[in-house]
Parts: sequence; structure tokens; C-alpha cells
Amino acid sequence: MRLRPKAASLNRNRAVYWKNDAMLRNSRLSYGLVAILFHWAIAILFLGQIGLGYLTQATADDPRLQFNLYQWHKSVGFLILLLALLRLGWALSGAKPKPVAGTSVSEALAARIAHSTLLAMTILVPLTGWAIASTSPLMIPSFAFNLVLVPDLPLARSDEAEALWSNIHAVLAYASGILAAAHAGAALYHQFARRDGTLMRMFTPSRNTGPGKRPAP
Amino acid sequence: MFKISLIAAGLLICAAAAHAQTLSDLRGRYAIAPSSQIAFSVGQVGGGGINGRFSRFSGAFELHPDNVARSNINIELEPASVQTGEPRVENFLRSDAVFDVAAHPTITFRSTRVRQDGPNSAVIEGTLTARGITRRETFHATLAGRDGRALAFHVVGDVFRSPYGMDVGTPLYSNVVHFDMMLRGQRR
Repeated sequence: MRLRPKAASLNRNRAVYWKNDAMLRNSRLSYGLVAILFHWAIAILFLGQIGLGYLTQATADDPRLQFNLYQWHKSVGFLILLLALLRLGWALSGAKPKPVAGTSVSEALAARIAHSTLLAMTILVPLTGWAIASTSPLMIPSFAFNLVLVPDLPLARSDEAEALWSNIHAVLAYASGILAAAHAGAALYHQFARRDGTLMRMFTPSRNTGPGKRPAP
Repeated sequence: MFKISLIAAGLLICAAAAHAQTLSDLRGRYAIAPSSQIAFSVGQVGGGGINGRFSRFSGAFELHPDNVARSNINIELEPASVQTGEPRVENFLRSDAVFDVAAHPTITFRSTRVRQDGPNSAVIEGTLTARGITRRETFHATLAGRDGRALAFHVVGDVFRSPYGMDVGTPLYSNVVHFDMMLRGQRR
């Protein structure tokens, strides 16, 4: 793993980051710690959720397992929705780092659209899942992590509405998965073919306003 | 006003006479009639829950009004006959996630002890067998009506489902299954 040294240095400077607001927020050139944590937390949850969503459809011959997977899927979905809304608020209230030097206008535009679409999908896909639970005649409660009872959306219940939302949910989710794969491919291409540091921006918080004092070793 | 009181008093006397009759007349053995109803409900978080009933069952009870402790009941029901109004819920209940009707086609209850606890009611202890697991459970029966050779008992009781290997869905759905039955007996 080439990323290890950077991660280690991040760890070493952790105390400084918490004291230095500039490292929490984005700068014009790089991402702050909050944006980085949002990105990776949601990325891991969202990709895991696509796998979990697939499994809920592949385990019909084990109804008990299927039921439990559905409840985990719903819990993680509500967590993603919460994180994605917070992330949207954070993104709108801060700076958006510019593309790295050497990025063409069309590349920059494509990246911008992909980033916006992915962020939108991390909100829309959970919302459509919520709509499935809200329209299903089964009326299974949404009890996130067996802790938080989430009310249903005010939608009419019917088998048809449930099937419609299920289809929309699946199409958006798998399309998002493909887009996320393209996004990851582009980041890897930038990092390892162009060697322009694009991927590393998502691992190292902004520090262009000057590093804080390093703690004594 | 006086007239109404008189009628009420008259009815009370008739009811008391009828009750006095029950003690001796009801003795006998009864088959549980198909017109009986075995309903259950399982609550869920946020209110509501699953309401269902079983449509196929059979059984009999023996009533000894003079010595209630000698009374007994046994009942056998087919969990495959569960009805909830929602086919997907019914299929789930029939599957090995809950009743596992393929491996365990019947649920049985046999009383082991009947104790009178009121003029028309009794506590029934017995063994309930479901999914191959037998446990002691308690129900409460109240005489609900009689008509010639037939009589009806309203029977209620709460059963924890997790000990029978049916804990799926807890705590989303309550661990407690509330039974509400109207058992109609036809004298043999």
C-alpha cells in the first residue's frame, strides 16, 4: 500500500489538525479533514450498501436471513442519508477545491458533474429506499439499528407503488455504483498514470494555510 | 324508572338461574367446532402489528363443572393455515423463518392443569408444542355463551415466541404473541 506513509503522517499530526480549523475545512487547492472523512465514510457505506442490497434480492430462499439483511440495509441507508445531508450542507458552506493543475476544461467539467451526481445519489438512493418502505403494504417499521424509529414518508401504499419504487431504487443504485467505479478509475488514473496527486488529496487534509506546530516527538 | 329496575332485576334473577344451571348441565365432552376462531396478534414498534388467524384446527375439551380441576382440553392447529390478509407475510410465517410448516406441520396444546378462578372462568396450564419445542404455557378461559348442546369459551393468553425458535424480527416485532380465541364446543 503506497498510501501508508501519508496515512502515518496524518496520524502523527492528528493533534495539530484538531487545533487547526484550516485543516478541517477545504481550501481552494485541497480537501479538509471533514470533507475527507465524509467522503470515505459515505463511500464505504454506499458501496457496501449496494452489495447488501443485491444480497436482499439473492437470499429469497432463506427468508430469515433475507429479513435480517433488509433491516441492516434499511439501517445503513438511513445512516447514509443522514451523513449525505450533512455532507451536502458542509460542501455548500465551504470552498470546492480546484482541479489539479493540468486538468482540461472538459475533464474538469466531467469531474464536477460526476461529483455532484454522486453526492446527489447518496441522498436520492436512500430516499427511494425510504419510499419503498413507505409504500409497501407489509408496513414493516423502519427501526434504524434497532434504535431510531423512522416514520414513513406520506405516500399511498400499494403493491404497485412498492414495485415501482423498488425498480427506481435498484436502477439508481446500480447506476451510482457504475458512476462510482468510473470516479474511482479516474482518481487512480490521475494518481498513477498522470501522477498529479489527485487521489492523495482525498487522504491528506488541506494544509496550505501553513502547518500548525508539530507536537514534540 | 321503577319498571326498568324491575325488568333489570328480573333479568338478573334469570341470569343467576342460568348460571346455577351451568354448574351441573355443562358437564360433558365437547368437540371444538370449525366455527371457532383462533386469532393472534404481534405488536410492532410504533404501533400496529401483525394480526392473523388459523383456519384449520381440531380438538376437544372435557368439562367437569363440579370438579373443574378434572376438566381438560387439547387442541391441534395447522400453522400452514395462517391468514393475515397479506400473502407475503403468510409465506414468511410458513417458511423456516417462523413456523417451518414443512418440518413441523402441527402446533399442539394439551392442558395439564385447570383451575377455576371465577364463577365462569378458569386458568388453563398446559404444554404447547411448536417447531418441535414443548413448553409450559398458560391461558385464561371465560365462558362466553351456551346454546343447547353447544357452548363457547373466550380464551386469551400471551406466548413468548423466541423460546420456540421464532425470534425472527425482534425487537422490530414484539416477542409476545397475543392469542385471542373463541372456542366453540359441540357436545359429543
